[in-house]
Amino acid sequence: MTAGASDRETPSADGSQPRPGASAPPPAAPAPSPGAAPTPSPARASAAPGTPVPAHPVLALRHAAKSFGAVRAVIDGTIELYAGEAHALLGENGAGKSTIVKILAGVHQPDSGEVLIDGAPVTLHGPAAAQDAGIAVIYQEPTLFPDLSVAENIFMGRQPLVAGRRIDRRRMLADSAALFRRLGVRLDPGRICRGLSIADQQIVEIAKALSLDARVIVMDEPTAALSAAEVDRLFEVVRALREGRAAVLFISHRLEEVFEICQRVTVMRDGRHVLSSELAGLTADDLVRAMVGRQMAERTAGERSAPGELVLRVEHLTREGVFTDVSLDVRAGEIVALAGLVGSGRSEVARAVFGIDRYDAGRVLLRGRELRRASPAAAMASGIGFVPEDRRQQGLVMDMSVQQNVALASLARLRKGGLVRAAAERAFTTDWAVRLNLKYGRLSDPVFQLSGGNQQKVVLAKWLGRQPALLIVDEPTRGIDIATKAEVHRLLVRLAGDGVAILMISSELPEVLHVGDRILVMREGRLTAEFGHEEATEEKIMAAATGQPQERAS
Amino acid sequence: MTTTVTERQDSAGAPPGTGSRKLTERVFRIRESGIIVVFVVFVAVTTAVKPSFLDEQNIQFLLINTTVFALLALGETIVVISRNVDLSIGSVLGLSAYVSASLFGSHHVGVPVAFAVGLGIGLACGVANGLMVAIGRVPSLVVTLATLYIVRGVDILIVGGNQVNAQTLPDAFTQIPRATVFGVPYLAIAIAVVIGIGAYYLRSFRSGRELYAIGSNPEAARLAAIPVGRRVFTAFAVSGAIAGLAGVLWAAQYQTIDSSAGTGYELTVISAVVVGGVAIFGGSGSAVGAAVGALLLSSINSALNVLGISPLWLEAISGFLLLLAITLDRVISLRLQAALRRRSSGVGT
Repeated sequence: MTAGASDRETPSADGSQPRPGASAPPPAAPAPSPGAAPTPSPARASAAPGTPVPAHPVLALRHAAKSFGAVRAVIDGTIELYAGEAHALLGENGAGKSTIVKILAGVHQPDSGEVLIDGAPVTLHGPAAAQDAGIAVIYQEPTLFPDLSVAENIFMGRQPLVAGRRIDRRRMLADSAALFRRLGVRLDPGRICRGLSIADQQIVEIAKALSLDARVIVMDEPTAALSAAEVDRLFEVVRALREGRAAVLFISHRLEEVFEICQRVTVMRDGRHVLSSELAGLTADDLVRAMVGRQMAERTAGERSAPGELVLRVEHLTREGVFTDVSLDVRAGEIVALAGLVGSGRSEVARAVFGIDRYDAGRVLLRGRELRRASPAAAMASGIGFVPEDRRQQGLVMDMSVQQNVALASLARLRKGGLVRAAAERAFTTDWAVRLNLKYGRLSDPVFQLSGGNQQKVVLAKWLGRQPALLIVDEPTRGIDIATKAEVHRLLVRLAGDGVAILMISSELPEVLHVGDRILVMREGRLTAEFGHEEATEEKIMAAATGQPQERAS
Repeated sequence: MTTTVTERQDSAGAPPGTGSRKLTERVFRIRESGIIVVFVVFVAVTTAVKPSFLDEQNIQFLLINTTVFALLALGETIVVISRNVDLSIGSVLGLSAYVSASLFGSHHVGVPVAFAVGLGIGLACGVANGLMVAIGRVPSLVVTLATLYIVRGVDILIVGGNQVNAQTLPDAFTQIPRATVFGVPYLAIAIAVVIGIGAYYLRSFRSGRELYAIGSNPEAARLAAIPVGRRVFTAFAVSGAIAGLAGVLWAAQYQTIDSSAGTGYELTVISAVVVGGVAIFGGSGSAVGAAVGALLLSSINSALNVLGISPLWLEAISGFLLLLAITLDRVISLRLQAALRRRSSGVGT
């Protein structure tokens, strides 16, 4: 618990990074004017005379590794945060950023490597230890208590007290209101969190981190759900934090934000640290190249067949408060990508089409025939396959064998006299395992032993075995390594070539651009844009997804 | 009950806020005010049909019958709020009742000793439950189902075919539930104070609020550096201690205790807690609501008596009430969610 605090004053024993003129800055050192003076960095310590150069990074991670079962989430996590800087952490989805965040937050302990605070190695045993060490974290997915008030969410565990250790409710509300004023938002501290929009939830998270008065603030995609005005306010707060000598670790997929607010950058790829540098002098292209590592293979137009007959038509589909007036078509042989921010209602539309959730208005037609609402059985019977976002929870029975999982949606075909024939099941599964290049030990192994990519292939095989007319895939490559990712992409393109209509939801813009024949963009429950494959760019999609004018995105 | 009533008014008098604050405040209070309205209507109707329902003696009888029940509801509320459940309280109550009461006959102990022993038995059981749930990470449903049988089994082994009879108990002990001041049983006042303290603790102390946080979102509680294990452990220890204490009071009230004392009582208590507006999956509800839930359930019992309806109806009516409470709860939360959803989508962007 107190490891961080007690080690704080200990000089570094490893003697690393001697820098000319290095001296520990007093806490009240004059802050560099934001944006103007380059922030101290180990690479150019002498570049900015007059700027105090800290002896040690406030917080550093050195060669950290972390595996979850067979998945190596982080292989070499290295990052250094200095007081008074905003530091960008970049990488594709699955590059290990969120795992790094959780290591710094004390949620995960690295398998190897070390965490250093003020140059001294520490062990963050848990979130409390990280908090005590002055590290505040804003998680990508808001972690709120829906039944409690906004103010309680901000101050949980740290509520202001009056005599007798009772909670000072009035002050808690006033302090929350003050935080919201600082953030320039109107949010009632007394209301409960249930029902807050994603943006408002994110604001509560930001207020929580601010209230900690932390020395290091980690922001994992804080802007993903925010409007332009809210982002601007957040950036003002980040600048103020820097002036207060706090270090900010900033994670975002929007490179223009990174250039606007950050001074240094660390890039990760496939769990490895690939680049740490000053931002000045780098271009967006440099960063993208570092993140991707190589150019995405251009798909060949020859693989594509012209879209055929209309398979799916969605008309004015509405689910109150979730999505509104969504209309779209998917034709045979066509891959329609549904892009948008997390929480924009994409998955919910897919769930409604497949009949998992009800919708309040509109209709869904498959090959011209209206589908019964809220009936996955009807959707399956009419030829829809659904590969859900969360394959562990919704797509697979983890304890069952590969064979049983693949056959699960096709049992009717493999049955004779009410009993499933094991031989038929086996032949069926082997066939699909070969076609999808599935890597497994034995077909009787439980699926939880497979890697994420191969698990996803099992889910795909399960649905392909039914020869669907329409396949809905939600985040088909989340958490899958790059090689398998490409394989899944090729598979989707091949399926489309065979005449299957595919509706793909994806948060990964390269994937959307790469695989989608047409790209639809959702924002706050509505379709806001449609692009053909040729005209789509990351910037256009981001602009439509965030509702920001184009100049932000340029 | 007086302490707890002013308590509610305090929260209602919190700084005035915007529309959404009023909305949530209102809904917050609906959880308890709903049950209070049901209770008042129920008493009014019953009294209209049979004025003797509000006789001093009947009220006294009702209050005494509710004390142990409401006390157990307090302990169960603390556990349920943290998204757990304690099924062992009926068995713990039975064991504590027998052991503490039999001490009078065998060792001629004083009344405080009996209370201390009962409390100790309950605390030990609660600590065992808490350790298994918090450290062993076994779901509380399973742990307390097991201890329900184990503790009852121990009780049966100790008691055998014996029973404690009224004549072995000292007057000082048996008079505890019967002493009154201005017609109100002392014990009811004492329990009301205890419930008031419990409600105040849950509302105004960090550790109390942390129980709500744990019940509302356990993962977020962990990330917020709340000592989840320690809090849940404490909740079970308190629930156990309360069950032990309730056992001694049970002995003083019923005076004849065999090995079946309190069998199945845990479900009655959980019903009262849920009827009183405590969400069964944690995160919301109050000790006052649970106490009113207990009061309502025992007044139904008493009303059936007064109205001359067979007490055989009791269980069915309690069941209906439970369904009603859960339906009401669900409807309210759906309405609230829809309202908040509309509101935030209107204000957003």
